[in-house]
Amino acid sequence: MLTSSLRSLSRRVSRSRHLAAAPARFMSRWSHVPEGPKDPILGVSEAFNADTDSRKLNLGVGAYRDDDGKPTVLKSVELAQAQIVAQVPPNEYAPIGGEKAFVDTALKLAYGEDCAPLKEGRYTALQSLSGTGALRLAAAFMQRFKPMKVFVPSPTWGNHFKIFEDSGLEVETYAYYDANTKGLNLQGLLADIDQAPDGSAFVMHACAHNPTGVDPTIEQWKEISQALKAKGHFVLVDSAYQGFASGDPRKDAAAIEILVNDGHQIGLSQSFAKNFGLYGHRVGTFSLLLDDTSEVAAVESQLKILARGIYSSPPIHGSRIVHTILTDKALYDQWLLDIKEMADRIITMRRLLVDNLASAGSTLDWSHITDQIGMFCFSGMTPEQVAKLVNEHHIYLTSNGRISMAGVTSKNVGYLAEAMHKVTSK
Amino acid sequence: MASKWASVATAPADALFGLLAKSRADTCPTKVDLSVGAYRDDEGRPYLLKVIEKTEKALADSKLDKEYLPIDGFVPFRAESAKLLLGENSKAIAENRIATAQTISGTGALRVAAEFYARFSPRETPVYLSNPTWVNHEKIFKGSGFTRIEQYRYFHAETKGVDFAGMSEDLKAAPEGSIVILQMCAHNPTGADPSKEEWQTLADICQQNKLNVIFDCAYQGYATGDLENDAYAVRLFEERGIEFLACQSYSKNMGLYGERAGCIVAVTTSADVATAINSQFKVIIRPMYSNPPVHGARLVHAVLSDPKIRQEWTEELKVMSGRIGKMRQTLQDELEKINTPGSWNHITKQIGMFSFTGLNAKQCDAMVDKHHVYMMKSGRISIAGLSEKTCAQVAAAMKDVITTSE
Repeated sequence: MLTSSLRSLSRRVSRSRHLAAAPARFMSRWSHVPEGPKDPILGVSEAFNADTDSRKLNLGVGAYRDDDGKPTVLKSVELAQAQIVAQVPPNEYAPIGGEKAFVDTALKLAYGEDCAPLKEGRYTALQSLSGTGALRLAAAFMQRFKPMKVFVPSPTWGNHFKIFEDSGLEVETYAYYDANTKGLNLQGLLADIDQAPDGSAFVMHACAHNPTGVDPTIEQWKEISQALKAKGHFVLVDSAYQGFASGDPRKDAAAIEILVNDGHQIGLSQSFAKNFGLYGHRVGTFSLLLDDTSEVAAVESQLKILARGIYSSPPIHGSRIVHTILTDKALYDQWLLDIKEMADRIITMRRLLVDNLASAGSTLDWSHITDQIGMFCFSGMTPEQVAKLVNEHHIYLTSNGRISMAGVTSKNVGYLAEAMHKVTSK
Repeated sequence: MASKWASVATAPADALFGLLAKSRADTCPTKVDLSVGAYRDDEGRPYLLKVIEKTEKALADSKLDKEYLPIDGFVPFRAESAKLLLGENSKAIAENRIATAQTISGTGALRVAAEFYARFSPRETPVYLSNPTWVNHEKIFKGSGFTRIEQYRYFHAETKGVDFAGMSEDLKAAPEGSIVILQMCAHNPTGADPSKEEWQTLADICQQNKLNVIFDCAYQGYATGDLENDAYAVRLFEERGIEFLACQSYSKNMGLYGERAGCIVAVTTSADVATAINSQFKVIIRPMYSNPPVHGARLVHAVLSDPKIRQEWTEELKVMSGRIGKMRQTLQDELEKINTPGSWNHITKQIGMFSFTGLNAKQCDAMVDKHHVYMMKSGRISIAGLSEKTCAQVAAAMKDVITTSE
């Protein structure tokens, strides 16, 4: 009797997967581990992928697309890669801080050929795991040696918060975007710089601000630089779009030049994900300008300890490509063409979108679309309007109204404009 | 402007990378580099595996894009990687009881493991490392905020094998829930591995003491030359139903050092827990480096998923581990031939890339400074760096530093 009731119990248990799973879960030493929150930006792509409507548009993607909506590999990158493969280089460990030749070449791109601190050797730099990795090194270094309150613009790239928080630093925002003008809130920004405790850390986007596309003018940068100087703030520059914004790498580095010339000893996170299309290869650098060459050994040694404890040494494949391009005149010239092509296409799409909104009948002021710069446009659409775009028009973007202009093509811009007009007109 | 960083003190150079840099800068034509755990061929040159060379060309021709990988990496790579570790017949895989994430090689996997435990274990949880262990283990756990780093006895100074009595005693005495790093095979730096029977006892101890085990798996295929054999310890723990984390590296067994290909695998009791753990891996990784590098993972996946290429790879592994075995024998023979003081059969008893010679710090310094033979101060040499030509030279140098330091 006992046997048959046990048998029927086990049959019931095995039919009910839920029942069978529960005891196993509670047996686990990790049963207290909760499911973590989903990344909000990835959620947009997931929803897009699941949609079967043929008109669907993905405007959440933070990666360049050509006019057919396809990912591209830059011509300069293809050529560099072919060269490298033909050389059959061994895959030895890079030094902890990456190959010095690559790092120094990369820095010249960001800081220019005439950067005094670089020429004088008053800096230290490591290859990093793209921009995220550079910022993480900065955060870890600050936490260990000089924990400061970190100020990021409002709004900013979502991951900024977690990078600094996970490193044990306090993060606050400074005024940046003016929702009324859809431009820069300069007065608010300057006031927040002034009100922050002396010697705080301020994260500045070098160009093509993510997510708003709103950049200060040269004159505004000069004012901002002076304000930061007056408070002795540490300026951490996030440079993820050099060349991608205007098509001219030197022009896009103007803010860095202003800050350095004003004497700021900046920290710089340099990413090659977008401007070299090397997203998946995780190529970047982190550099810190110093007071004096006597500081170099100490700071470099500590940064290496931090890097060693996270990943030991950086991946070489992408850095080899960048280094090859930057040190070969023909490849470098090709890269300048590649980057101009990408920037120009985006600028053209901005113009087309504004034109199409007008021809769709919209009487609203959409000039911020062409005033803003870089991959993203802060459209000004509300979460409710965005929801309509998603649900009624199969157009996917983040709820803050951020449009990735890279997802706009000459073929879909008409549909996009019609839809935007529909959801924003009364 | 006065520097914010004026108070930053100079840290000592990394034991390995510092030595490696010194070795690379040395222009002495007879220098021998036995420092880094990187395979060398019989001419002392870095070795690009034939399967990797082939696969690189194939990948270059297939014109793949360079898009971001997901935060937890290349899915097909993760699946193959877990299968390589746990085996074709793994119940945990079949029942979806594993969580995986592609990582920045072995270091990256260990750091994700450390961050995971830092979030889900009490702060004061002690972390047990073997004495001695890989130079970087402590840095990784300290980087994640662990302050109690303990050692368990491991290397027996006399037998130059595993001090199993000491190891068992220390692990039995470890508080419940302690984090313990165990190396799956080819122990770095000693080359001394527990036997199968000893692994069974270790599984008992870890189970009874509810220890939180992290397997460091950097040498699968490099120890005995047999991938299945080398994974014995991990598969035993899975069989026993023990939950653990495992950290894989493809730096050595595929020669992909600079590509940073690795994987973290969590083996647990239910699919629900595995899903939760995978999501937490992503929460850890995103603010660290967003997503992993694509190239190495594509190479590894291409090798593991093509039966013909995979077979060629296993043969190359046998050649590499075979050459290492031969170098062990040759070095031991040379040492004995010239009557070097001490006994030297631990050189052939130990396994994997490294040997713990027994030389002390002063003797090791002399090896570097006087003889241009680069080795770690711990006495560790990378056997992979020896060649038929250099064994005699290294043996002579060892005899010299031992006899002159008396």
